[in-house]
Amino acid sequence: MAASVADDAQGTGSAGPNHGLRIFLIWLPVAVAADLLLYFVYGPHMPPGQMSNTAASQQFDIKVMSVLAAPIMAFVLVAMGYSMIVWRHREGDDEDGPPIFGNVRIQATWITVTAVIVLFLAGFGTYELAWPGFAGAGSGEGPAPIWKPNGTTLQVQVIAQQWRFTYRYPQFGGFETTALMLPVGEPIQFNVTSLDVIHSFWAYQLGVKADANPGVNNVAYTTATQTGNITVRCAELCGLWHGAMFNFGKVVSVAAFTAWAHKTEIQLAAVTKILPPYATSYDPTVVPQINKAMAKAGIGGANGYYYPPQDPVQP
Amino acid sequence: VSLPARVATLVLAFLAVAAVALFVVIHYFLGGPPTVDYSSGVTPDTGATVHVVMQEDPQNTVSTHPDWVSYFIQDPKTHAWIHTTLFKVPAGSKIDMTIYGYDGCTPLRNPYFGRVTGTIGGVEDVDGKPVKVINSWSGCNVGHTFSIPGINLNVPMASPGLTASLCGTSPCTSGPHKTMTFSFMSPKGTGEYFWQCRVPCGGGFIDGFGGPMQTIGFMTGNMEVVS
Repeated sequence: MAASVADDAQGTGSAGPNHGLRIFLIWLPVAVAADLLLYFVYGPHMPPGQMSNTAASQQFDIKVMSVLAAPIMAFVLVAMGYSMIVWRHREGDDEDGPPIFGNVRIQATWITVTAVIVLFLAGFGTYELAWPGFAGAGSGEGPAPIWKPNGTTLQVQVIAQQWRFTYRYPQFGGFETTALMLPVGEPIQFNVTSLDVIHSFWAYQLGVKADANPGVNNVAYTTATQTGNITVRCAELCGLWHGAMFNFGKVVSVAAFTAWAHKTEIQLAAVTKILPPYATSYDPTVVPQINKAMAKAGIGGANGYYYPPQDPVQP
Repeated sequence: VSLPARVATLVLAFLAVAAVALFVVIHYFLGGPPTVDYSSGVTPDTGATVHVVMQEDPQNTVSTHPDWVSYFIQDPKTHAWIHTTLFKVPAGSKIDMTIYGYDGCTPLRNPYFGRVTGTIGGVEDVDGKPVKVINSWSGCNVGHTFSIPGINLNVPMASPGLTASLCGTSPCTSGPHKTMTFSFMSPKGTGEYFWQCRVPCGGGFIDGFGGPMQTIGFMTGNMEVVS
């Protein structure tokens, strides 16, 4: 038996069974079945769902990755199972296995296949990063996005602070609220920033994830394609209550959103007046009004003092 | 070395390691401030009124961090001030809060949280006067906040003022202060709701957000709702 394996491995064309063909014939239906099940049965239920164009795009990516990975995994399992059954140790066979000197055909096939897969994934990944609609696929693109959607977008500023997200709507008077309400079918531009440490805005069902850095505007785009509830979580360990930093939002019809926005703008007018003017980011150490008030009273030190960067010395 | 000596050494070493492990578990995991129980004797989910009393101080002289700002909670039975930020309330009850604000002022990082939310009527009373918004950026107006994000509760704590000579020994029993009163309904069903101050009041820490802001027993804690 050991000799026939050696012959096969070296491609010497012995009279033994063609193990490679056998493994291929077992692997082929397993791989095809796994791919069909993954793409058509489990695929539509894969995270993060299809609530927005970015989420649907991410789900498609995961499906493609799974379809590529399943045959490889199937091959490993089939080869392992085949080896365990066919080449298992038999009673009385204490002979060492034959030395293996390599096989040019197998090596060339392996290098070619893996190179094709890796190069395909590089191209596919780059394309998908820009898609859908070449708008960044829901990821944070920094303050100067490379990929932008066409047309006008609804601006929603996400302000992270320990341990809550608030949202500003600059096209509706700049009101700020803890409720995230979005219209269906309209391109949305999230401007994500932080007032203290690094957080991450992760609107799971929308397929949007963007880091919230203090003093930085991180832009991410999406277009919701279905109405429903969304969950927002902080995805960056941000302190004692990081685990409790989440809230829920809603995607509603354009009419319902417009009505809500106008109503909320009026309701929050008193607090909007005391907010700083809308900006894409805020310097959390600068409060001109309070510095003025403190200076007038001659106050310094911890009492009434807005901690400057040198208190204590920043790392 | 004799066998008994080796066995004795092994046992002693094992006991020493076990003692260290026990100390770590007790000191770091099981230790912590006590929970003040406001649920005792109250039937949950009946809308019964529970009166919770707290104070915020410019320091905490009863702790190992005397220069950290701190909340205290009053024991409902003994009326003693407890150095803790953990309290327990019955579910589905009206919680009447009284908070004495003895600390000075620091502006909110986000002035949005100068708005009162989640209270009955959307207001708090500051020294008996109803208030809906306090602007912490226009002067020495806000000392701290009492915020429970899980029930959208946010109440800014007014400050006794810039020139007030603040109480220097905790818990404060005299000195300039503001009295904030407000009410909210505790959620139906059991749960843990963390609460926090939103003013960056951790003096001596980066941007004021370390130390007492990140430590249970000072400027953040838990409200346990029980049935």
